[in-house]
Amino acid sequence: MNVHDKYKPLSWWDKTYIPLVIDGLAVTLRHFFRNIRLHILNVIGIKTKERGAVTYQYPEEMRPLWPRTRTLHRLMRREDGSPRCVACMMCETACPARCIYIVAEERPEVQIEKQPKIFNIDLGKCVFCGYCVEACPEDAIRMDTGIIDIASYTRNGMLLTKEQLLNIEPKVENYVSRPDLMEGQPIY
Amino acid sequence: MPTITIDGKQLTVDEGKTVIQAAEEAGIYIPRYCYHPGLRIVGQCRICLVEIEKMPKLQVACYTRVQDGMVVHVNSEKAKRARQQVLEFLLVNHPIDCPVCDQAGECYLQEYYMQFGLYDPKMVEDKNKKHKAVPVGPHVVLDSERCILCTRCVRFCDEISKTSELGVFHRGDHAELLPYPGRTLDNPYSANVVDICPVGALTERDFRFKVRVWYLDETKSVCPGCATGCNIEIHTSKARPYKNEGRRIARLKPRYNPDVNDYWICDYGRYGFLFVDDDSRIEQPLVKQNGEFQELSWDDALQMVSGVINTALENGKAVRILGSAQMTNEDLYALKRFGNEVLETHDIPVTVKPLEKPYSDDFLIREDKNPNTRGAALLGFDTEPAATEKLLTACRNGEVYTLIIFHHDLFKGFAEDEVKAALDKVDSVIFVGSNLNPTAELASYVLPSCTWAEKDGTFTNYAGRVQKINEAIEPLEGSLPEWKILRRLARQFDHTFAYFEAEDVFRDIVKKVPAFTGMSYRALGDRGMLVSENGRSVQQAEVKEELTVVSK
Repeated sequence: MNVHDKYKPLSWWDKTYIPLVIDGLAVTLRHFFRNIRLHILNVIGIKTKERGAVTYQYPEEMRPLWPRTRTLHRLMRREDGSPRCVACMMCETACPARCIYIVAEERPEVQIEKQPKIFNIDLGKCVFCGYCVEACPEDAIRMDTGIIDIASYTRNGMLLTKEQLLNIEPKVENYVSRPDLMEGQPIY
Repeated sequence: MPTITIDGKQLTVDEGKTVIQAAEEAGIYIPRYCYHPGLRIVGQCRICLVEIEKMPKLQVACYTRVQDGMVVHVNSEKAKRARQQVLEFLLVNHPIDCPVCDQAGECYLQEYYMQFGLYDPKMVEDKNKKHKAVPVGPHVVLDSERCILCTRCVRFCDEISKTSELGVFHRGDHAELLPYPGRTLDNPYSANVVDICPVGALTERDFRFKVRVWYLDETKSVCPGCATGCNIEIHTSKARPYKNEGRRIARLKPRYNPDVNDYWICDYGRYGFLFVDDDSRIEQPLVKQNGEFQELSWDDALQMVSGVINTALENGKAVRILGSAQMTNEDLYALKRFGNEVLETHDIPVTVKPLEKPYSDDFLIREDKNPNTRGAALLGFDTEPAATEKLLTACRNGEVYTLIIFHHDLFKGFAEDEVKAALDKVDSVIFVGSNLNPTAELASYVLPSCTWAEKDGTFTNYAGRVQKINEAIEPLEGSLPEWKILRRLARQFDHTFAYFEAEDVFRDIVKKVPAFTGMSYRALGDRGMLVSENGRSVQQAEVKEELTVVSK
């Protein structure tokens, strides 16, 4: 199609806009009757597999998250329960929103030496770019919890501390399950 | 003088120089771990291998002397490959724990790996386990696993501090850097081993895990710890204030100046910055009411202080000043003008002889703990401690009505009852300083000044070298440099000091004081200039000579 076609002058019949109005109404009415039919059938329990409309009724209804969707952060633990994070500040350095605040401290165990004393993420500033996950050399921070309903009445409520981040319960069920794609792979 | 060719560049160098030094002159950098220009050459690490024509094998650039007609290839394929393999050997037992290592970001292993390493590791054996996080001294932590045995620190302790605490023990891949049995690395220059360590084996205890080095800003300055005036870099952590327990200065590092301190600095100077972010800092002008300090604004404070001085002057009573050699030349010059023009007092003492004789040696640490005593003397202050004693005697005899004290803690120089008896007789004591001290507690008015890290200015060291200090951090809210305080105070007496920045004061000094002739902030540069005896500066000639060497 030539790109200049849209500048083609309308004929007098088109200029009345009657055919276009009829076209548009036809589309609307087709969806209206299809949705009404499916909603009624769904309500009385018939043909439940097909959805009545494309709209998801969030928050009652959760749209399945694609496996790579970045959701709320969490801090990972070692086998002994201590945080995996060694406070190397890579995520803090990579963070373009400067929403990560880490203060390091000495760890009594000599082989690891360093651990975070403070690890705060200010979700009010976070842009969910996922650079922190990319930067982490210890796989200590992940954005795979499946939690997207993050809200608070106060600014302080948006600040997650180390303990909160370590104790987040991931909602893996919010992610769409694609066994064909996910065979033996961790969910990111 | 032998003429050699390095990577196609032909140059003539002094007899006895080695290839690495000659290359440096030609502007070619050869990688090094064990080679340090301030230490003896040992040829330990082998990373500086270069190809020299007509020599059968690759040679270490740091240990090979230049000979006439030598043709050196630094970046030939053979030399590059050899250096890559040496690096792989050095990293065989290195734990690669960069995430927890304080050296990360200024580590030569990281730098060279990214420059010419980038190999696929062939090592499949387990790495050797060695001692980790050993506090070998009051300021230094040792991690033997990270050590590449370049022995820079061993040579430092042998040659510079001459204390020989460190050594390399065991053999082969079990060789390990440790202090000698029963010894600790506690000489007054111990933390220099951290600066010269090319890897993360030796790190600072004070700085440990505080700030990652890439967050730091660097400002050139001069150590205020003693009259030597060692050149330093102030590393500040301004971008992320929640780190380092709110301390804005993260650490001090020595800066190379062959005329003053070479590459080194003493531990007293290195850790002498803690007062800058201390709790004792004064944040607002204070006035004593009923024995308690009340905060007030600068305008009110200056009005009250000038009122006190005015009353004394009108009644013909003495207003005396005790200056301080902690102040910069600019501050002292403004003080001199304030004394001469406003108060008409001409003899201002600046030094207090401490009760205990402070530690000193014949290398860098001097007995005079003030950075600017020579400058004060040149600007016409009385730098004899006897002058201060005379002033205190005058106070005790009730001859002084108002006393303005800068910085000094008199209790460190005189007996307690002596000071109290003297200050009791003075009607009002005005203290100007950055931190509260016992003398300030006795004052009626306290005006906060900022520390050396928060202002521009110059210090004149014991040898008469005028050196520039720069503002590394913003002045603590409410504090001002002394020359600004004096400018505002003089304004109250209708005297205008037409200075807008420290450089204006310095220009005035250069004009009025013959010893500073020919100087300017720009001319001082990084290495400073010597004051002149007969109106002609000595340093200028030296600098010119050096430039011709470079342009060759």
